[in-house]
Amino acid sequence: MNLAPLLLSIKLASITTVLLIVLGAPLSWWLSHSRSRWQPVVQAIVAMPIVLPPTVLGFYLLIVLGPEGAIGSWWVQLTGDTLTFSFAGLVIASCLYSLPFAVQPMQNAFESLPRKNLEAAWTLGASKLDAFLSVAVPLSLRGFISAAVLSFAHTLGEFGVVLMVGGNIPGETRVVSIAIYDDVETLNYAAAHQLSLTLIVFAFATLFGMFILNRRWQSR
Amino acid sequence: MTKIELKHSVHKDGFHLELDTYIPSTGVTGVFGESGSGKTTLLRCIAGLEGRQKGSLPIHRRRIGYVFQEPQLFAHLSVRKNIEFGMRRNATADVAAGVSVDKIARLFEVEKLLDRSVHSLSGGEAQRVSIARVLSQSPRLILMDEPLSALDERRRNEVLPYLDRLHVETSVPIIYVSHNIDEICRLSDHLLVLHDGKVVAEGALQETLARIDLPQMAGRNAGAVIEASRKRYDEEFDLTLFDFAGGEIWVAGPYESEKVRLRIDASDVSLCRVAAESTTILNTLPAVIEATAAESASTTLVRLRLGDQALVARITKRSLQHLELRVGDEVFAQIKSVTVRH
Repeated sequence: MNLAPLLLSIKLASITTVLLIVLGAPLSWWLSHSRSRWQPVVQAIVAMPIVLPPTVLGFYLLIVLGPEGAIGSWWVQLTGDTLTFSFAGLVIASCLYSLPFAVQPMQNAFESLPRKNLEAAWTLGASKLDAFLSVAVPLSLRGFISAAVLSFAHTLGEFGVVLMVGGNIPGETRVVSIAIYDDVETLNYAAAHQLSLTLIVFAFATLFGMFILNRRWQSR
Repeated sequence: MTKIELKHSVHKDGFHLELDTYIPSTGVTGVFGESGSGKTTLLRCIAGLEGRQKGSLPIHRRRIGYVFQEPQLFAHLSVRKNIEFGMRRNATADVAAGVSVDKIARLFEVEKLLDRSVHSLSGGEAQRVSIARVLSQSPRLILMDEPLSALDERRRNEVLPYLDRLHVETSVPIIYVSHNIDEICRLSDHLLVLHDGKVVAEGALQETLARIDLPQMAGRNAGAVIEASRKRYDEEFDLTLFDFAGGEIWVAGPYESEKVRLRIDASDVSLCRVAAESTTILNTLPAVIEATAAESASTTLVRLRLGDQALVARITKRSLQHLELRVGDEVFAQIKSVTVRH
């Protein structure tokens, strides 16, 4: 079995998950606490990837990340490489595509924190950042785990965005979903089965593990 | 004596808090008032949680301890880590004050709970830990927002002795908010009465409690507190005699404290022109009428002076007229019941 696409998918999903947790946490915090009139606007933008067909997102990313695009041309100047049809471009696309799946669980967790608990931390001498890191984050651990599992799983399963932005370059952008599609197209059903069944087992194990963890947490 | 200035002005959802006063920098200042009078808002302003002015000290650098109604312990930390939370963040102040977790834990008798998770604590234990946690930050001022109101009667009595102890053992000034007159009588030395966001009365506890002109000090809350010292115990009848500048008072049962506060409700005091010779009432004290104030259509509150202490009596308007009681008259106050506070 050719494991390269599977390993590439896991690498992509891992990097995306880490980035989404680190960058998504402050965004989720802002969304959960802001009274700004921009809050609903940002909230809607973050949720858009849930509604839009991945091809729409992929199409515009292709334009923006392309060598002529706003971000793409800047990237070419900076690194000499193009963002489209590269692993770096896939990471950016995946982050946007999976953003709502990271933000929503974290935002829910932050919203359910008792505000007085944070106020207690502030009055005890913790700055806003300190209280966020030492009280809000650990108390929202469940939201973080949900966010990580969902981002990871969702990135692993993406197809349309990758196809549009990344294409099908072995070792660079040929992730598992693309490889399966390719195998089916070339009537290589045995290879398609191998990758597909591996994914099914992997997906079940991940989700099962998360629900077990959740249940144990709830009974505490 | 130095004083703490309280100067706050906040508008919030149609509510207006306007305050400009001083409170003593030692002992407990009780803040009393009906709900919606602005008690909690006042504490939140002092802590910086509300109405913070630009350029004023950020909340976390004020070193003002805040005890909330609910203990607000951090659920992901052990009891010890909860107590250490404030200590570690005010390290320099703590070293100077010689504070340690064990010392504080001993004061609140939570040593055995230190390694427990906060989920396993009872309501009373949790509130004790939260007070210990506030003390561990070496605060310059402690704010208490009805810390007993979320507890049932039994738990409340379990926590109260520790509040007394806090009062005695630390020199940190405390502002104690409550709508419960008994807690106020027991714990505070100084009293601030709030109404609709404004201070309507302020002064030493005894004198302010005896302000019969205030609607807040009528009804259930009408009464006085007398500071007295234990004189002797009568074993034969199981009675303790307390004395103060204005007289002596017998109370049933033995008491150990040398200094006590005697809470006497207005409805437990009746007046007579001449000292009754044969009466079952144990305590009859000579007093002078200092003021009267109509309380309801049928009742009047009377403030009496006994030496340096004040007493409040509730009598009917009919009796007032019948006995022709006037300010300055010498009368006898019959006290039916007394509650001893620590």
